[in-house]
Amino acid sequence: MAYDKFTVLRDTAVPLPTENVDTDQIIPARFLKATERTGFGDNLFRDWRYDVEGNPKKDFVLNDPTYSGKILVAGKNFGSGSSREHAVWALYDYGFRCVVSSFFADIFKNNCLNIGVLPVTVSPEFADKLFAAIEADPKTEIEVNLLEQKITLLSTGESETFDINEYKKSNMQNGFDDIDYLLNMSDEIEAFAASR
Amino acid sequence: MEKTTLFDKIWDSHVVRHVPAGPDVFFIDKHFIHEVTSPVAFLNLEKRGIGVKYPERTIATPDHNVPTVDQDQTIKDKLSRMQVEKLRENCKKYGIELHDLGTAHHGIVHVIGPELGVTQPGMTIVCGDSHTSTHGAFGAIAFGIGTSEVEMVLATQCIMQSKPKKMRISVEGELGKGVTSKDIILYIISKISAAGATGYFVEYAGSAIQSLSMEARMTICNMSIEMGARGGLIAPDETTFNYLKGRQYAPKGEEWEKAVSFWNTLKTDEGAVFDKEYQFDAADIEPMITYGTNPGMGIKVKDRIPTTEVMEGSNKTSYLKSLEYMGFQPGEQVKGKQVDYVFVGSCTNGRIEDIRAVAEFVKGKKKAENITAWIVPGSREVEKLAHEEGLVKILEEAGFELRQPGCSACLAMNDDKIPAGKYAVSTSNRNFEGRQGPGARTMLASPLTVAAVAVTGRITDPREVFEN
Ligand code: SF4
Repeated sequence: MAYDKFTVLRDTAVPLPTENVDTDQIIPARFLKATERTGFGDNLFRDWRYDVEGNPKKDFVLNDPTYSGKILVAGKNFGSGSSREHAVWALYDYGFRCVVSSFFADIFKNNCLNIGVLPVTVSPEFADKLFAAIEADPKTEIEVNLLEQKITLLSTGESETFDINEYKKSNMQNGFDDIDYLLNMSDEIEAFAASR
Repeated sequence: MEKTTLFDKIWDSHVVRHVPAGPDVFFIDKHFIHEVTSPVAFLNLEKRGIGVKYPERTIATPDHNVPTVDQDQTIKDKLSRMQVEKLRENCKKYGIELHDLGTAHHGIVHVIGPELGVTQPGMTIVCGDSHTSTHGAFGAIAFGIGTSEVEMVLATQCIMQSKPKKMRISVEGELGKGVTSKDIILYIISKISAAGATGYFVEYAGSAIQSLSMEARMTICNMSIEMGARGGLIAPDETTFNYLKGRQYAPKGEEWEKAVSFWNTLKTDEGAVFDKEYQFDAADIEPMITYGTNPGMGIKVKDRIPTTEVMEGSNKTSYLKSLEYMGFQPGEQVKGKQVDYVFVGSCTNGRIEDIRAVAEFVKGKKKAENITAWIVPGSREVEKLAHEEGLVKILEEAGFELRQPGCSACLAMNDDKIPAGKYAVSTSNRNFEGRQGPGARTMLASPLTVAAVAVTGRITDPREVFEN
């Protein structure tokens, strides 16, 4: 479904340097029982965020009021494991619009692009800089500029460019999804299907 | 002519359009759906006011959240019931074939597809589930997709995909006694890491792979995603054709002959180039087990957990956090550790061959006192065969509890949960934190190793139990 357009995002960020965060951590399976797409944000990182009694765990970053913002800066190999798009719904529903990491799992990255969360792949060095800057000053701001494909650490002006294909870029900018594109070429698809 | 890989041949023949500076519009031959990742896709179709374009190309089954007891009764959990009912409603409304609870071909989607003969060489297959890679064992391009893509396939039979890079992993030689295809794949992932094949589609080749049965090949392809690969495939051969012949949806008569001659062309040309290649020697592979919280954290059962000094390319904090969750120390031996649960099941190792292996191993033995042992067949068909072959009797005499088909404790969406802090040795595919229940500690291994653990109550190399 259509989502909010993404052009330039300037905000503080939440750091999660843990490596290999799989989608079972982002949203555990037992919360996948809904038949609608809303409300997943409450259970984002459920088992890291709450103890068994449902009390917030103090040491988890989402429970630390020092950190906030629409950008999540995550460790290497973020979003591995299950293909559940619910993981991205949970991030979106919680308020994240952009995830930055030095390495993303494939399906997760696709899912992000399909629902309007921008995945930004940076070099491991730049990721380390971001973590250090956020740790030093949680109010530090990051600018993610989709039009220029550039991410900038505003406090120092250091920046890096990132890849995204033109098609996906234009989708994100306009809030379009692939179905609109596919429905517009149904004759071509029909002809192809008939040949199979 | 240009030398191409099996993957190229199938991919290229399914591209409807190349989008300039974008992904390919990729045609999907078969689509599997289940109750958990499909409801929102159907809901969105409704919102858009469109229907299912080619309902005959989609097949449905409820597997992820279904109970594994009393399947003939109403599902007690309200949310699970609603998802299953939604699936029934949607299938009925759009004319999609459903293999419902209690019917002859109900089961885990990746078990029933091959059983029915729906999965065939040369096809493109997707499902809103990452282990769709299982179907690659037949020489098909099969991979998991998100719910938005499920919606695209329902609406148009296509998705937008950038073509992955190509990797070949060859395993040559003969496997030792007590070493199974599960050990091969756990070994490969431990070498390549849980992210090592991200961005790639893998072809498995070599004499050790060719010697495997279809069930064993499926176990390997199934876990391709656990090293980050989009999917994995194996070139079809006589083993593949023999498995498919006579199955419900397999071509018949003249059609069969035609199909086989086409399937015989599905091979990587000699000299075709891959973006990356790995070679392993089957003789180096021994029974494997995982000790951490991703499938790349695996060792030989006889080996020690790596110390932080020998780790490469991973950060120490994440590593120690993972060991802490598991209750292990770096450098420790896992062999001999006491275990609480064993789980035989899932789309990795819930097929008849797996149940046969466990039954043969435990025949005349008893499970250890400290072990709770669950066997959950991957499908009704597997369950039926297990009864007919007398395996259920053997297993029950050994103290195993047989449950009805479904994903069960593989992801613990239903009541089959491992309690917090307990150790489970499982034939499934994921040892993530909380995967088998909040706080559960999962160690992945082959059905043989799991059988050995069940009997001894401790982490055991199955070859040691054989010998005694
Ligand atoms: S058995 Fe496990 S891995 Fe396989 S489809 Fe079910 S939940 Fe997924």
